[in-house]
Amino acid sequence: MRILGCIALNVFKESVRDKVLYNLVFFAVLLIAVSFLLGQLTAGQDMKIIKDLGLAAMSWFGLFIAVFIGIGLVSKEVERKSIYSLLSKPIRREELVIGKYLGLVLTLLVNLSIMTVAYYLVLGGMAWMMGGWHLPIWEAPAIDPRLIKAIVMILLQLMMVTAIALLFSTFSTPLLSAALTFGFYIVGHFNADLKTFETVVDSKPLIYLARALYYLLPNFAALDIKAQVVHGQPVPLGGLLMNAAYALTFIGALLTAATLIFRQRDFK
Amino acid sequence: MPAKAGHPRSFCPMPAILTENLSKDYVTGFWRPRPYRALDSLNLSVEAGEVFGFLGPNGAGKTTTLKLLMQLVYPTSGHAEILGRPVGDRSIRRRIGYLPESPYFYDYLTADELLDYFATLFGYTRAERKQRISALLDEVGIGAERRMQLRKFSKGMLQRVGIAQALINDPDVVFLDEPMSGLDPLGRRDVRNLILKLRNRGCTVFFSSHVLADAEALCSSVAILAGGRLLTSGRIADIHHFQVKGWEMVVDGVTDAAVERLRGQARSVTRIAEGRYALELAAEASPERLLHDLTAAGAHLISLNPVRDTLEDYFIEQLSQHSTSRSLEVS
Repeated sequence: MRILGCIALNVFKESVRDKVLYNLVFFAVLLIAVSFLLGQLTAGQDMKIIKDLGLAAMSWFGLFIAVFIGIGLVSKEVERKSIYSLLSKPIRREELVIGKYLGLVLTLLVNLSIMTVAYYLVLGGMAWMMGGWHLPIWEAPAIDPRLIKAIVMILLQLMMVTAIALLFSTFSTPLLSAALTFGFYIVGHFNADLKTFETVVDSKPLIYLARALYYLLPNFAALDIKAQVVHGQPVPLGGLLMNAAYALTFIGALLTAATLIFRQRDFK
Repeated sequence: MPAKAGHPRSFCPMPAILTENLSKDYVTGFWRPRPYRALDSLNLSVEAGEVFGFLGPNGAGKTTTLKLLMQLVYPTSGHAEILGRPVGDRSIRRRIGYLPESPYFYDYLTADELLDYFATLFGYTRAERKQRISALLDEVGIGAERRMQLRKFSKGMLQRVGIAQALINDPDVVFLDEPMSGLDPLGRRDVRNLILKLRNRGCTVFFSSHVLADAEALCSSVAILAGGRLLTSGRIADIHHFQVKGWEMVVDGVTDAAVERLRGQARSVTRIAEGRYALELAAEASPERLLHDLTAAGAHLISLNPVRDTLEDYFIEQLSQHSTSRSLEVS
């Protein structure tokens, strides 16, 4: 655990020193600017739009961090040869992979936590300016604690994206890893269509292939509850826990594959 | 860094480093992959407490050997041990240090932080880390720069930090891949002194180098590698007798007439400047007699040196034999 913590903290330190958390400033400015703009243009829909926009921004900012740092977590160490000194120390290769992963998850967690605070501050500010915490025209209160559920699900999605990027970075070039990770992210949002493929085609092999891909590819749509939360619809905890367990299992499988590949690699 | 007394560090009946038929093939080519043998059946034994020079031209297989010993690459065949344990044994890493060739470290960290990171991996306490890091950076000559980010370091300074990180755990065996690379003459002298200090502490030092003068000055044993094959290895004194092949004398304040009179005693005479001459004598000639005659003619001695084969001469001889035998193999 000491070694994992040490490697993870080093990744976090690198992110902070590489000014990755500067994206928070963009996030806050974007959110505040759009809030004021919407206040002038819309009637009644402003709170929902701000909620939507805030969650989407959290998701996209986090996605870029997860992909662009994730693909370099291992490949940068190999490319710059800093791995030579590191692996001569008493650490296991799998500890390096897992430690790196945890470091980026820590960065994402800190990033998302600060964004959440800024998000609630903007929502509170909007409600205060409009003169109420839950106006009748709104589907849900301004400071809605259920938004946290959506944010936790965003974190789980980002953890999955990081694991995908890390897996690709153990054997592929950074550019290809980025392309593949983005590809998986997009496909993962339309994954549910593969399950119902038999409704549009008759070919048995194609149906089996679609079913296999459905189970193999990540299902990001299952973790996307932004719309329900913003519209104040109920999100049962049981379903959330099931989806969280799915995400953690998927992450576990990806990290296992990444460590197996990394353990066999020659660093020429 | 706390010095451990005694030389060698501990009585060690087994070799500090041992390789048996160690080979490594890399696969080259994408469409038609074929193996390229980077190291061919290397058998090597390095005694504990000695400074061992691992020599060879570029592409000889030196770095591949070091990477095999560090488990950065895995062998195609053969076996390697450090301090009697297989190189894959993780416990051995607590007792070794490694400086890679042209090291690169995390440029967002300071020298202090980098060493702290590595020292934490060894499980040292905060107080131990602080004390070791400070002593090590002093030892390698990194002063106030220790709180500067490594991105601002010159190549020579990075090399010094690299040496410090290799010694962070007070290792029993240190592997240095081209430790003099990128260093100015002062830096090279510092590294030479550091290697001698390590030897005096009983540490085994295994270093690869192109700089044969350094190897000659530091090593008790060497191995010469070319084309992935070991050409020779052993104690410098055993593998070659560096016999005196002649003498080189430089004198000053002598007249041309006096030099002409004594020319017969020298193999060659070269006029360097007005009154200053370099004289070469055969091995069997008597430099004492010539010196006596010259000083009697008013000359004073600037230098007198024996001319003998250097490690470089031996190295070149070995390499030419190797290329001749390979040409014969091919034909």
